Amino acid sequence: MIIGSAKDIVEHCGVPRYLHVDFPLGNPCGKPWDRDMQDRIVRQGLSLLHSATAPNQTVFSPETWGSDQWRRQYMEVNDENRAELARKGEQLRIDRSVRERRTV
Amino acid sequence: MDAHEPVAYIERTRRYYEAQGFEHAYQYAHYDETPFVRPAKPLSECRVGLITTASLTHRPPLSPRNVASTDITPPPASLFTDDLSWDKQATHTEDLNSYCPLATLQSLQAEGYIGEVCDRLHCAPTEYSQRSTLEKDAPELLQRLREDGADVALLVPL
Repeated sequence: MIIGSAKDIVEHCGVPRYLHVDFPLGNPCGKPWDRDMQDRIVRQGLSLLHSATAPNQTVFSPETWGSDQWRRQYMEVNDENRAELARKGEQLRIDRSVRERRTV
Repeated sequence: MDAHEPVAYIERTRRYYEAQGFEHAYQYAHYDETPFVRPAKPLSECRVGLITTASLTHRPPLSPRNVASTDITPPPASLFTDDLSWDKQATHTEDLNSYCPLATLQSLQAEGYIGEVCDRLHCAPTEYSQRSTLEKDAPELLQRLREDGADVALLVPL
């Protein structure tokens, strides 16, 4: 079974059992150092091994991160960073081209 | 977007890489059929395998990403996560147990909630290649889990 935080990616794939933890990517098994929360999440996830009756049925953890700012900020594209992202992409393509020429 | 809706990562990453000038969006894996099997034993008798998408050790950029395994005794002090796309603004991965719940599983074993944690932890950092995952990584992971005697497996993508 899967415990994760990228609901749409996991559901798009299709998995036998999925516990969705609605946190920023990186801590799907609980907030850092919060052992009680981590216990609750993993315990709930493992319970799906017997409680799930069919695949592709997302179960939601009731745990909350405590803020929502991260929802907007992750890989955000806005007027302030659009030009920088374009430059970054161009540099990545240049770097790739250099690597490809070196391997020829 | 609603302030409390799960983030739509497929669209979010598409827009991000489109802003960088990449024309072709990454095609996330999709399958029309999903296997489903009920465990043959109660959870309290199951050997539980654990899989993470973090790397076992530091990886130089552009180096191959292969399945790697390590004994859980002693547990790894840390795993390598720098090159994965977790949210580096919002949080950190200094606590291994927040994304690779080995200690939690061992606690549940001590309690009797699960039978036993398998002797090895498996690291499966993705190459972002569906072919590589299907033809190389997944069969390798399955073989290792079978070697471990796993009855069930917990996969935590980072």
